[in-house]
Amino acid sequence: MAHAAAIARDDHHYTSTGLSSWKVGFWTFIGSECLFFATLISTYMVYKGRSIVGPYPEEILDIPLTSISTFVLLMSSLAMVLALDGVQRGSRRLTLVWLGAVIVLGAAFLGFQVYEFNHFVHQGLTIGTNVFGSSFFVLTGFHGAHVAAGIIWMVTLWILGARNRLPATASLKVEIAGLYWHFVDVVWIVIFTLVYLIQ
Amino acid sequence: MSEATTAAKANSSVHEDAVGLWSWITTVDHKRIGIMYFLTSFFFLFVGGFEALLIRIQLMRPENAFISAETYNQMFTMHGTTMVFLVAMPMAVAFFNYLVPLQIGARDVAFPRLNALSYWIFLFGGLYLNSSFLFGAAPNTSWVGYANLTSLQFTPGRNVEFWIIGLSILGVSSILGGVNFITTIINLRAPGMKLMRMPLFSWMTLVTSFLLITALPVIAVALIILGFDRFFGANFFEVTAGGDPILWQHLFWLFGHPEVYILILPAFGIISDVIPTFSKKPLFGYPVVVYAGILIGFIGWGVWSHHMFTVGLGPIADSFFVASTMIIAIPTGIKIFNWLATMWGGALRFPTPMLFAVGLVAVFTVGGLSGVMHASAPVDLQQHDSYFVVAHFHYVLVGGALMGLFSGVYFWFPKVTGRMMNETIGKWHFWTTLIGFNLTFFPMHFSGLFGMPRRTWTYLAELNLETWNQLSTVGAFIFGAASLLLMWNLFYSWRKGEKASANPWGAATLEWSLPSPPRHYNFPALPTVRSREPLWDDTERQEVEAVTHAEPAEEPHMPSPSFWPVVLAFGVALTWILLMTHTWWMPLLGLALVAVAVFGWAFQPAYR
Repeated sequence: MAHAAAIARDDHHYTSTGLSSWKVGFWTFIGSECLFFATLISTYMVYKGRSIVGPYPEEILDIPLTSISTFVLLMSSLAMVLALDGVQRGSRRLTLVWLGAVIVLGAAFLGFQVYEFNHFVHQGLTIGTNVFGSSFFVLTGFHGAHVAAGIIWMVTLWILGARNRLPATASLKVEIAGLYWHFVDVVWIVIFTLVYLIQ
Repeated sequence: MSEATTAAKANSSVHEDAVGLWSWITTVDHKRIGIMYFLTSFFFLFVGGFEALLIRIQLMRPENAFISAETYNQMFTMHGTTMVFLVAMPMAVAFFNYLVPLQIGARDVAFPRLNALSYWIFLFGGLYLNSSFLFGAAPNTSWVGYANLTSLQFTPGRNVEFWIIGLSILGVSSILGGVNFITTIINLRAPGMKLMRMPLFSWMTLVTSFLLITALPVIAVALIILGFDRFFGANFFEVTAGGDPILWQHLFWLFGHPEVYILILPAFGIISDVIPTFSKKPLFGYPVVVYAGILIGFIGWGVWSHHMFTVGLGPIADSFFVASTMIIAIPTGIKIFNWLATMWGGALRFPTPMLFAVGLVAVFTVGGLSGVMHASAPVDLQQHDSYFVVAHFHYVLVGGALMGLFSGVYFWFPKVTGRMMNETIGKWHFWTTLIGFNLTFFPMHFSGLFGMPRRTWTYLAELNLETWNQLSTVGAFIFGAASLLLMWNLFYSWRKGEKASANPWGAATLEWSLPSPPRHYNFPALPTVRSREPLWDDTERQEVEAVTHAEPAEEPHMPSPSFWPVVLAFGVALTWILLMTHTWWMPLLGLALVAVAVFGWAFQPAYR
């Protein structure tokens, strides 16, 4: 009987697309996040040039400094790719080195952001100064919060790796963390372009 | 088939579901979560209905002072917020939960614990929002919360804080739910269950889920920036600093219009399954109905500014939104004609689910037509913010969404409980609902056109609006009484209803091949589906039932219960709620709980 085979089939890991549900679900979540950042970025763009008092963006945004921090964040994406490669090769050493690099570079990016925020506040730009301050701090702040959450995630994976709990068969865990990390990077490229480069 | 069925009968009492309160708190079973969603939203239906009745008593006479103007503001705000976010959405999600895995042939949703998390966040958000009444500070700036009425300057109390935080909590729940159902439908269909073989309800769940994950982030940002204005002194809506209150309207309706399709598409899905069953005919033009639903989802993103014709966006913008709004009537009309064509020449039966389905087609169409009326910008200038608009959206949301959900309640109750709902009470419920509903809302077309504005505490006797308002009030009480009939029918039928067979209506789709109620693992093995109506073809039905009624030698391994979803949901709610302390580090306590719960969750195996 045709259905006897169906009963016998191991359907625990069966999916219609053949893809892991974690991956499908996480891409869906990223789709949702796209709308979140699109709305924040649109809000920033709507308020561009509508501040009544200074400091204005052109007086205060430091393109060379932010270019460095952008480079640091982009390099962390490269490290992420290599970390996934390390896991898939089953190399504990490569995994830990490159995950560690992601963490350090991500933390460095956040360090730049903390310095930048602090510097702006001393220059008289706070969230309540003008609409530039409001939309700038909320947009970049939420991006920074995403980076921070990503770092916590990476640290967790690093500890798992250090305890030999990231075998090649578990590479999906790192792959999904990587999807998140790359997404947060891509968002930053958009922010860097629209907020810093095109003033 | 016979061997398997015999075995099933012999062993039917072996596998019993876990019992007790704790088993419900820690459950990850989509069917139980669906039942909890339904009961919670049903409770809030009566909360929101009670608020509506207070509004109607207040408006029964001119210059009435039954409730104060401030209380009145809280009532219409909470009525709208409750009915949208705590009734219509979660009741649809109750159906998503219970039915989608059964309809597509899955043992559960893709992420069972995430599903439980969505429910608990919804519950905490709903309770928190309503707790504002205990402080006399219920939200009072209407469900659209236009800036800058919501600013500290104009609404200094806690009311708006409750609203911002409550909706933010609820939004998290909806986004997670959307992710879960998209993944489930894309990835967990049984072999042969191609997308174009799925029951229409599952299809509309998919479209609705896409709207959820795309629309909710927009309102989330709107609420966040409003929150930054109020909590941290930002200037987003502060006009003196260059802020722009119109941005709120754009963001709100950019969410708000997809939201109305989030509310109506599940109902369309329900009756697209109900009407073929009671016409004994496959759905007429199945692919066209599917594409129309998808098209509604897409165009629904391009019509938001028809809520803003009175803002003065200019003739180009207005013309665009007039056109897009009129265009969206086309796929909606396609659906209506397909339902009619399904019934045409069918062997029609009219038990209660079919009555509500046909009621939807009729009543929703009235609301659809008045919608096309104010799609025209010049007409809208007359009708905007009048009771005409109140009539319109109650025709589509009550006559459409709620009637569709009621149809679904009567239709799938036997599947959920194993008992039929009482038909006599059901018919009384339907006719009193239909009469009460129309008596409430039809007169509002007139009171609106005669000049009665929305959200107004009272009106003068000289305006001659009293008769229309009295009719509405009488209708509202009939409608309220009708809803008590539903409550009684649910309770009575749950206890004493006639026993239901696996497929009491003779329906065509996969969920009816399972025992009523289904076993906790749904499918002993995954059936193979070969058509859109697997149970209407004798050969295919026997093949499917041989699988779905089989008693497996070994029970399928199901995800284990977990208490982390409820802990995490509490942490999420707490983080937001602690913002009300206006102390910057307090929400971090909530975040700490979130962190503990996330790690507890991540390191607890889903299957134990």
